[in-house]
Amino acid sequence: MKSATAASTTAPRDVTSFSLGLALPLGAAFAIFFVLPLAQLFYLSLHNDTAATVWGLGQYIKFLTDPFSLSVLGATLLLGAEVTLACLVLGYPIAWLYQRSGSRVQTLIIMIVLLPLLTSVVVRTFAWIVILGRQGIINSVLQSLGLIGTPLRMIYTQGGLIAALAQVQMPLMVLPLITAIGRIDPNLSDASASLGAGSWRTFVKVMLPLSMPGIIAGCTLTYAAAITAFITQSLVGGGQMLFMPMYLYQQASTLQNWPFAAAISIIFLFAVLAIVALFSTLGRRARGYGDAR
Amino acid sequence: MASVSEAKSLVLDRITHRFASGTMAVSDINLDVKGGEIIALLGPSGCGKTTLLRIIAGFIGQSEGRVIIGNDVVDALPPNRRAVGIVFQNYALFPHLSITENVGYGLAARGVDKATRNKEAQRLLDMVQLGPFGERLPRQLSGGQQQRVALARALAIKPSILLLDEPFAALDKNLRLDMQIEVKRLQRMAGTTTLIVTHDQEEALSMADRVAVLSHGHLEQFGTPSEIYDQPQTLFVNSFVGTANKMKGVVVATDAGGAKVALEAGGEIIARAPKPVSASDKVTVCLRPEHLTFVSDDTGFGGEIGMALPLGATVVHEIKAKDGTSIKISQARTGGTPLREAGTPVRVAPLAAGLATVFPE
Ligand SMILES: Nc1ncnc2c1ncn2[C@@H]1O[C@H](COP(=O)(O)OP(=O)(O)OP(=O)(O)O)[C@@H](O)[C@H]1O
Ligand SMILES: [Mg+2]
Repeated sequence: MKSATAASTTAPRDVTSFSLGLALPLGAAFAIFFVLPLAQLFYLSLHNDTAATVWGLGQYIKFLTDPFSLSVLGATLLLGAEVTLACLVLGYPIAWLYQRSGSRVQTLIIMIVLLPLLTSVVVRTFAWIVILGRQGIINSVLQSLGLIGTPLRMIYTQGGLIAALAQVQMPLMVLPLITAIGRIDPNLSDASASLGAGSWRTFVKVMLPLSMPGIIAGCTLTYAAAITAFITQSLVGGGQMLFMPMYLYQQASTLQNWPFAAAISIIFLFAVLAIVALFSTLGRRARGYGDAR
Repeated sequence: MASVSEAKSLVLDRITHRFASGTMAVSDINLDVKGGEIIALLGPSGCGKTTLLRIIAGFIGQSEGRVIIGNDVVDALPPNRRAVGIVFQNYALFPHLSITENVGYGLAARGVDKATRNKEAQRLLDMVQLGPFGERLPRQLSGGQQQRVALARALAIKPSILLLDEPFAALDKNLRLDMQIEVKRLQRMAGTTTLIVTHDQEEALSMADRVAVLSHGHLEQFGTPSEIYDQPQTLFVNSFVGTANKMKGVVVATDAGGAKVALEAGGEIIARAPKPVSASDKVTVCLRPEHLTFVSDDTGFGGEIGMALPLGATVVHEIKAKDGTSIKISQARTGGTPLREAGTPVRVAPLAAGLATVFPE
């Protein structure tokens, strides 16, 4: 009986698994255009001289013992943290408002949040220069109102840069938050209130932990985008502030020191990976649902 | 734990609620619930039961009327200051907190320290027979177990009023019966004034001291289960609770509390009249299937057997009356009850006078 069945029919196709062959094109593209250059970068970074002929860890030692290089790395990671925090603090109320609004207001909120993504990065950055500049919109308004005598310095400051980056990166924070908050059963906040919790306790004990998956996703995306935003960092930050992408660019294209630039890239990459890993560990620790299922 | 003597009363005084969309969800509801009573809010889907619960809990502010708990008008109090416990239809347990933390949540909000909180949570979990499950997360429990956790969580704050929104709807029949008994036992122990929302009439009749029947946002009748079943005040209550045959007719004579009605199907019937009717009014007569019997004299009305349904302990005959109305008659099945052939001409009458009820059209 068993053998007869086996002989006459083939095993039913398992519809839940697909042949790996389907992933081949993307996999190949990935290998050729990402893994290979990365390997080459790594290879390059392991040379002590500019011409890449002498093997050694000299470039890494140079970076890690050079206070200037380390300060650039530190400033970049700090900038990412500040932008992420700004996006979180400003974005959470927006996502919250979105979930409590009617569909018209929801469309409007999405439009406003997405708008920066739909404009060219260069245009958007120059807009910030116009707004923040010495003779910019904010300064001229404040001056004409007589509130300030001399123009405030906003452009080429850390604060101005954070504002510009936070605006661009906002959708990356708000969209995951909207999804996470939307998944929370609205009865939970009612349940919390009926058990005697005030709105602050309900927020801290129920809403915040349950929106943790969205917070983690939003922070990871915002962070990664903020520290690598070359154009905004250079134009709004100006020449006095140096961040990793620009530092890297200078080493590679101005000084033609390719092995050092490669080492910077690799160090930067690992620093970012470490922070992303930290985020996701925090997320798992926060016991939010959606993990450890 | 609150004793029966300190259980608070609940008064709904002319509660009306209109949603912003214009829907009139409840209108002019008056309920007077004594401390320690179990009340069932019974009605079809969309009749405003949940809305009424949410008004009592303070999640919605009513458009008109007052909610009075004990001696206090609570309309100005937010939900977290009303001491009203609520068990949601989907339980609404906090998914990220352990069972113990869920049950202790209300005590934490009251500033009770952790040790005391955990001890009290454990006591309540033992009471709902979930003692060993404190460490688990809600998703690691079955639906029935989650429901008991929700109940323990609501009871932990020693609410003056306990609200249950269709608490048993998701449970299978056996578990539902167990839980009904359990809730009733816990309610008796705690002596908490309780409102249970349900659209299951058996649940309402078996669990509640008194039943409030709602329809389209109106309170149709508020009374004990036997009053609701035996003396329905409106046509809606008569047909929604239990089953009722409805027959059209015209009043020929009236006396105190009753009327003689000429049926369109032929024959005359004496019926109880909860709402006043007068001679020559067009009316509907309600007759419960179990209140009818076959007669051999010329009382009642005539028709012919349509179908016989032997349903185990009872036998139901479907009869086509002369005017085409389909009438069901249900009899206890004794050894000698014969099943009647389709097409047999029969006469049917109420078992006793006053078992039929008449309502104006
Ligand atoms: N937020 C709301 N906005 C507008 N109308 C609503 C809202 N909530 C409920 N309604 C309407 O109010 C009426 C009563 O709703 P409610 O939820 O109280 O019914 P229910 O008796 O609990 O029904 P069910 O048994 O289906 O749960 C319905 O007609 C419903 O459509
Ligand atoms: Mg409901």
